[in-house]
Parts: sequence; structure tokens; C-alpha cells
Amino acid sequence: MAGRPEGGAQARASHIMLALFLRDIRLSVRAGGGALTGVIFFLAVIATIPFGVGPDLKLLARIGPAILWIGALLACLLGLDRLFQADREDGSLDLLVLGNDRHMLALTVLVKCLAHWAGSVLPLVVAAPLLGLFMNMEPLGIGATALTLLVGTPAITFIGAVGAAVAVALPRGGLLISVLVLPLTIPVLIFGVSASYGAVADPDPFLQPFLILAALTLFLAVLGPVAAALALRHGTD
Amino acid sequence: MRLIAENLGGERGGETVFSGIGFALGKGQALVVTGPNGSGKSTLLRVIAGLLPKAEGDVRIEGGGETFPTIAAAVHYLGHLNAMKTALSVTENLRFWRDFNDDGRLGVEEALETVGLGGIGHLPFGYLSTGQRRRAAIAKLLVSHRPIWLLDEPTAGLDKASEGRFAGLMAGHCAEGGIVVAATHLPLGLDGAEELRMGN
Repeated sequence: MAGRPEGGAQARASHIMLALFLRDIRLSVRAGGGALTGVIFFLAVIATIPFGVGPDLKLLARIGPAILWIGALLACLLGLDRLFQADREDGSLDLLVLGNDRHMLALTVLVKCLAHWAGSVLPLVVAAPLLGLFMNMEPLGIGATALTLLVGTPAITFIGAVGAAVAVALPRGGLLISVLVLPLTIPVLIFGVSASYGAVADPDPFLQPFLILAALTLFLAVLGPVAAALALRHGTD
Repeated sequence: MRLIAENLGGERGGETVFSGIGFALGKGQALVVTGPNGSGKSTLLRVIAGLLPKAEGDVRIEGGGETFPTIAAAVHYLGHLNAMKTALSVTENLRFWRDFNDDGRLGVEEALETVGLGGIGHLPFGYLSTGQRRRAAIAKLLVSHRPIWLLDEPTAGLDKASEGRFAGLMAGHCAEGGIVVAATHLPLGLDGAEELRMGN
């Protein structure tokens, strides 16, 4: 097998992390991976809303961004419990933790989060514009909501990773993770939805909440993996 | 390089499983840990690897240099789980661990040939039998280099021929200056290995 770059600790670390990223992406698209589950759940939530709310098109358009965000948030939480649990069940997690002395465990967690996001959450962002049509949203509103989802959902994954790491040893941790994580994701939801509204409702600003959303994602991209790595480090048994 | 344990104690859930374990292994030496179920063999290996906190005493590595400053950086840990993904093919699994562990040694195909699984690398790991899975996990030890092997029941599920082949692999690793610590209740066929009896 060729292709292992020689020399340069940085090049080696990025090679290692790319291998991990590709493995997790492969797992999420293969049978038993969670790539489609989230999208189908998202579709189910959004598709039932118009039936429940009734044929008031104006109302649907007004609540559209909020409903899309809530649907995406819940769909994000759906697959989170498997983030580390799958690795723990087959013993891979031990070896990932042992790798801590060569490359920080927090980096490994960050890459796993990114792979989880790309494999399970990005499809939600892609599906959001289509589902926006169900909600009678105008094109600008759909675009703004998809953009805020693109920027904001990584933050949910990073927060969720902490919950997943804490609950990794629990056999039915899924619900616990949702309960742990949901309150922490509220700021992301608030700023995501207010930015989406800001793009269509005129006096409301778009840029300020959008920038805070981006800042939340960047902040949690550091804090989440570090905290999750700490929990995993002390959670092995 | 030396692996040294002094007065090592381990616990599980607040209950002492073993205590006062001591050994010193130099290059090329092997230690076979034996004892009945529940005597703490697996716990000992996990404490050595650093996956469990030690209750007392010390375990350390000496002379590892810059490449292997800590035990965790110097070990291959083969637990009772195989650490392979059932949805990926055997080759994909091994290629991942080869990349992730770095320090590549044997190629994936070569390693599979060595454990007698040549030609089945394209199959999903989930399709393999118990013994074949164990052999694939053993191939994982070969694709990247680590001087210390910590093996927890390495031959569980293996047939006679594979056991013999694996004994040869361990002997080869020791001959190259490696260190093997294996927990087992089956004879491993390792000549000249020290024995540590637990649970007495």
C-alpha cells in the first residue's frame, strides 16, 4: 500500500484524520448507518405540520423557518447516541483513546463530529429547501433558512458529542442524550431562527444573529470536542 | 526498552481485583498471565494500557525514546473485542487501522496472507466466522508497528493450525525485540515465556 506521506508531523496527522473521516463517512452511508434515518424523520415532521396547522398558507409561511429549524434540530439529535457507542461496542473506542498519546483525542473527536455532520446532518440541510416548499415559504426565506442551518447545525453536533460521550456506557442513552443536550442547543435554535426571519421580515436584522450563530459554532467546535474527549478518557472501563 | 510494573493494583467498581503485581520485561521477553475467570487478567491488561486507572503502584516504560514516550503510544491492545466494523470489508478495516496507528509495517494483503486469510479481504467483516474475525484482528497487529503487544485471550475461537501460526507470530515479534503480555487460560505455545499466576 502506497500513499503514506513521510515526514512532517502535520502531514501525518492530517493523513490519519482523513482516514478516520473517510471511515466514518463510509459507515454512515452503508447499510445500518444513520444517513437516511435523519432525513426521513425530518421529512415526516415537516410533512405532517401542514395537516395539523390547516390550509392557512400565510400562517404556514410565517412559521416555516421555525418549523424547519425545530425539525432539523430533532433530526440532528436522533443519530447522536451512536456517535461513540458504535465504536465502544466493537472495541474501536479503546484504540481511539489509546491514540491520544500520538494525536490528541480531542482532534479525533472533532473529526468524528465532522464526519457525523457530513454524513447525517448535511443531508438535512440539503433537504431543507425542498421541505421549505411544503411550508409555502418564499425563495429568499428558504435560502436564508438553509444557510443558517448550514452554519448552525455543526454547533448542535458539537454539543451533542459531549452528551454522547457522557452517556457512552449507557445501553439506552439516546433519550438521555436528547434531554441533556436539548437545553444547550436552545441558543443555537434562537439565533438560527431569528436570522432566518431577519432575511424576510424587513425591520429585523439578518447579519447580527447570523454572525452570533457562526460564533457559536466556532466556539463549540473547540469546547465540544475537548469536553467530549475528557469524558471519553475517564469513561473507559 | 523495558516494561516495568511495581506493586500494581487494580480495581473495578471500587472493589480491588488484584494487588501487588510486579514484573519487569526486557526486549524480546514474553509474559503469560494465567488464572481462573474473574481473577483480573483483563483488568490487568487494561490497567497496563492505561485504559483503567491504577489503584496503587506503578507501571511504566523505560527506554522508549521519543517515538514511544508512554505505554499508550507503544502498545497494540488486542482486547476480547476485535475493534473492526462489520459493515466495512476486511481490507477497509485493516487499511483504516494501518493509517490511524501510523508506523505502517506489513501491507494489508501481506498481513492477511500471514494470518491465513489471503483472498478474502474484499468480504465485509460481518460475513466472517468467529475464528476468521479473530485472525483479521490479529492481522491488525501486523499492519503497524508497536513494540509492546497486550493480548487478551488472543487465541479465543482459533483452530489448532491458527493457534500454532499465532504462536509463531508472537515468537517472531519477540525475536525482533518486542514485548508480549498475553492473558489466557489456554497454552499459547510460547517458549521461554515467564508466567504470572493471578487469583491466588
